[in-house]
Amino acid sequence: MAAKTPIETPTKTPAHLADRFARLAASVFGDVAPRAMILLGTLLALLLVAPWLINDYLLTVLIVVLYFAFTGQAWNIMMGFAGQLSLGHAIYAGLGGYIAAVLFARFGIAPWLGFLAVIPVAAACGATIGFLAFRFRVAGVYFAILTIAFAEFARIGFDHLDYVNASAGLFLPVAQYAHNDLWHLRGNPTMFYYVILAAAALVFVLCRALLKSRVGYCWLAIREDEQAARAVGIDSFRYKMAAVMISAVITSFAGVFYAFFYNNLFPEQVFNISRSIEMILGPIIGGIGTLFGPILGAFVLTGLAEALNTTLVALGFDLPGAKQVFYGVCLLLVVVALPDGVWPWLARLIGVEEARR
Amino acid sequence: MPRRIHLSRRHLLASAVAGATSLAAPGVARAQSAGGHPALKVGVLLPRSGFEASIGQDCQRGVDIAPGILKSLNLPELAVMNADTESNVDVARERAEKLINDGAQLLIGAFDSGQTTAIAQVAEQKGIPLVINIAAAPDITEQGYKFVFRNFLTAQMILSSAFENQLELFNLIGASPKSVVYMHVNDTFGTAMSKGINAVMPKFNMPYKIVDEIAYDPTARDLSVEVAKAKGANADALLVVSRLNDAMLITRELVKQRWTPQAILSMGPGWYEDQYLKTLGKLSNGPISLVPFQDPNKKLTKVLDAALTKAYPGINLSTNHVYTFEALLVAADAYKRAGSSDPKALADAIRTTNITDNVSIGPGIQFNAKGQNDKLKCGTIQNRGGKLVVLTPKDAANAKPEWPMAPYANRA
Amino acid sequence: MPIDVYLNVTVAGILTGLVYGLMALGLSVIFGVVRVVNFAHGEMMSIAMYLTVLLFSSLNLDPLVMLVPIAAVLFVFGYALQAGLINPFISRPEHSQFLLLVALALIIVNTLLIVFGPDARTVQTAYTFDSFQVGALIVDATKLYAGAAAIVVAALLFAFFRFAPLGKAIRACADNYTGALVVGLDVKRLYALTFGIGAACVGAAGVMMTLIVDVTPIIGPTYTLLAFVIVITGGLGSMAGALLGGLLIGVTEALAGLLFTPSAKSMFAFAILVLVLLFRPQGILGRRSI
Repeated sequence: MAAKTPIETPTKTPAHLADRFARLAASVFGDVAPRAMILLGTLLALLLVAPWLINDYLLTVLIVVLYFAFTGQAWNIMMGFAGQLSLGHAIYAGLGGYIAAVLFARFGIAPWLGFLAVIPVAAACGATIGFLAFRFRVAGVYFAILTIAFAEFARIGFDHLDYVNASAGLFLPVAQYAHNDLWHLRGNPTMFYYVILAAAALVFVLCRALLKSRVGYCWLAIREDEQAARAVGIDSFRYKMAAVMISAVITSFAGVFYAFFYNNLFPEQVFNISRSIEMILGPIIGGIGTLFGPILGAFVLTGLAEALNTTLVALGFDLPGAKQVFYGVCLLLVVVALPDGVWPWLARLIGVEEARR
Repeated sequence: MPRRIHLSRRHLLASAVAGATSLAAPGVARAQSAGGHPALKVGVLLPRSGFEASIGQDCQRGVDIAPGILKSLNLPELAVMNADTESNVDVARERAEKLINDGAQLLIGAFDSGQTTAIAQVAEQKGIPLVINIAAAPDITEQGYKFVFRNFLTAQMILSSAFENQLELFNLIGASPKSVVYMHVNDTFGTAMSKGINAVMPKFNMPYKIVDEIAYDPTARDLSVEVAKAKGANADALLVVSRLNDAMLITRELVKQRWTPQAILSMGPGWYEDQYLKTLGKLSNGPISLVPFQDPNKKLTKVLDAALTKAYPGINLSTNHVYTFEALLVAADAYKRAGSSDPKALADAIRTTNITDNVSIGPGIQFNAKGQNDKLKCGTIQNRGGKLVVLTPKDAANAKPEWPMAPYANRA
Repeated sequence: MPIDVYLNVTVAGILTGLVYGLMALGLSVIFGVVRVVNFAHGEMMSIAMYLTVLLFSSLNLDPLVMLVPIAAVLFVFGYALQAGLINPFISRPEHSQFLLLVALALIIVNTLLIVFGPDARTVQTAYTFDSFQVGALIVDATKLYAGAAAIVVAALLFAFFRFAPLGKAIRACADNYTGALVVGLDVKRLYALTFGIGAACVGAAGVMMTLIVDVTPIIGPTYTLLAFVIVITGGLGSMAGALLGGLLIGVTEALAGLLFTPSAKSMFAFAILVLVLLFRPQGILGRRSI
């Protein structure tokens, strides 16, 4: 697979390891503007200490933000990097959630081990969709509809799958909140917060590394002009397959997290097309094809929703649906005013532009 | 700790009316002191937008008419903080956190089992009591929660009680269908009921057998095939678990396909809801619902009914209002006995709830060790001329059954 | 199962399919010409349905009478939408169009919720419950009318695009955007007209749909998806394709519901869609050029 990260077999002394790590970090972040590094570092530091600074409500909001930052980043690999519009990403999250949850509920298998079982399934699912689409030249809107069709397939299929309790829903046993058990993902929101923060940070670094690698350049070439990319000898089928499979596997982890955070799964909800749409709003608003766009998009959208809610409540305006109307209007304004998303515009303003991708 | 509240009926009605008029400015929580205590801050979470908006807003009516009635019962005042879950699990959890953050001392909600589970986890972790108004998934009270209480029937309880009521009904009419075709919506509730049926039915020695089972999609746009299939099974009666929109679709198809079963026996929502009655007019007459409902013979039911009619003319009192109101009743009653808004004291007080002067069918409101009111019963409800009458159980009955259903064709 | 059940179910499937086809026609026109992914299609239909309910309950106008006026209102709506909001998005990537229309759909759904409330609304005419009986066959009257309307609207559209100069100009835009610009066609106006025509079709479909299903604010998204399935199956930009796609999906779902469990019937619709996408990506009646 071309998706190799530049890790070689390390010599086993700490000094060597540290050296390797430094070089790896340098190769991934070497050419980032100092100002951007400072901003990133500040954001990470703030997020790390956030649980001490904010109340539980805001912590829950932050968990949702990071969840969507994570899924947005995963989706962005496929759309932003390789140019494949998927509107059915809920299928990967759903599969991840269901497999890990059922392994835990029935056999007591820890979610981290469960995720190992999820990886091949999600990859195979992505590969199937990708193979059919790319072999048969299904692209653009047609590809989007194909992904929706598969997600709907999964929804109806799981609705009839008695092993996972069909549409009656799969419930995970909820442990008491006496202590945090990271291995089994049982614990209080602070633990879940750090899990999703680590995951979001990791996937951010991974995306950066991918973009800097050969595979990343090939994706961008395909996205910009697939004909031309093929003409210079890029095996576009193989690279697009890689994008779909990587994106699928990463998204499936979000599903595992979701299952253990909410402790119940209903096919009607986890495979719903609205879940897929929620996942992709962030990166589109934030800026497709950028690294920081999906993160910013998640903050902007979730922040917007909460701010609208708080404002409406403060005004004593209790009208169901009003929040969504304002939310829709804001989306509309952003997409009309900033076609490339908020981040490219903001980055220009504060002078930390990512290299044009 | 049994308690009874005696008040004259006139007094009750008068204050119910007063309560209804005080609704002129809904949504604004008033925190006045009553009986020396500040009002208890109660966060109410309901799906008032999104795909469950219709039910969520109907439940909300039960909240809106409560203040006056609680006052008339000499119960302390509740400062209600409303929140909309948007029919979404993430939002439900966020709103629960927000309500607690804003000072809610007790939560009520949230109709949908998934959303309720999400809220229950927040409540349990924060040690804030949650009184569930409606949600039938059995798992919710099987998790060992200390702060979660449910004054509603689980799917299994609904089933058992529905079959008991059917037997009583058949006994009453001296007739019964020999075969039924079973149609159900393939959603959370419908599937939970269907799984239970095979386990529960043999225990009751029912006079009929199920000749065909037809599951349909909750987002079904058209049920002509399903009804044609059901008609083709040649059964005496139709046994259904559905929702509102599909109940209306099925009825229309029954009329168009010219099939009037001997009876329509519903074990879920839809067939007795207001919109069903209003939309279908004369065609709404006849179906029998075996569902959680109010006991029309209870004193408080009449009060609640009057308050609802006053506030929302033309709306029939039914399940959504009753159990949402009772959740508030449980909260106010516990607050009064606890004498404090400390969540732990409140939870302890709720655990020892014993309200016999209530609205729903059954002996009253008590909770078992799991926080479940396991004494609740279904009633047998029949649609009659846009109104709902109760046929069984005997204590709650206020009408005789009409059997079999009048043919749809003769209802011009 | 007696044979007449199959007969009844097949006929019901055909009629339902025609109604679906009517709804998908508008999408086919818009998608086929303007190349905009109208993810607010079902929501636009629900606007027409609420208009029908409103006019019926206030003026007691028969939906069949309202067909043309409501289609006209939706035409204006569609024209304005394209000219005012969507036009700059023509050359933008699909995800951008997608976001625009999803936002629009969100606004429509929740405005309807605020204005009309969450409860299902309906139109009950004298013939709502009629059905015709021919031997063992029972035919649903409203669906029959809706199916007939679908065929008429499709024929009118076909004639318009085939014979009217304006229709030909629109087809020219669809076939060759740059060419149309070069020969001096006012593409922006033609696109707005096309969107208006598509919206008018949705309006007509909404009126007929009100006779068959109850309208709620959240009815839109399912129909949006269904319309896409049908249009892609039948072939983009093809009037007959939309009807054929509707028929195919309608009959497949009906027979699948009869032979298997109805709750899984839409799986078969998606299966057909996937097969068409793989083996005939331009749709059953679509042209090769796509």
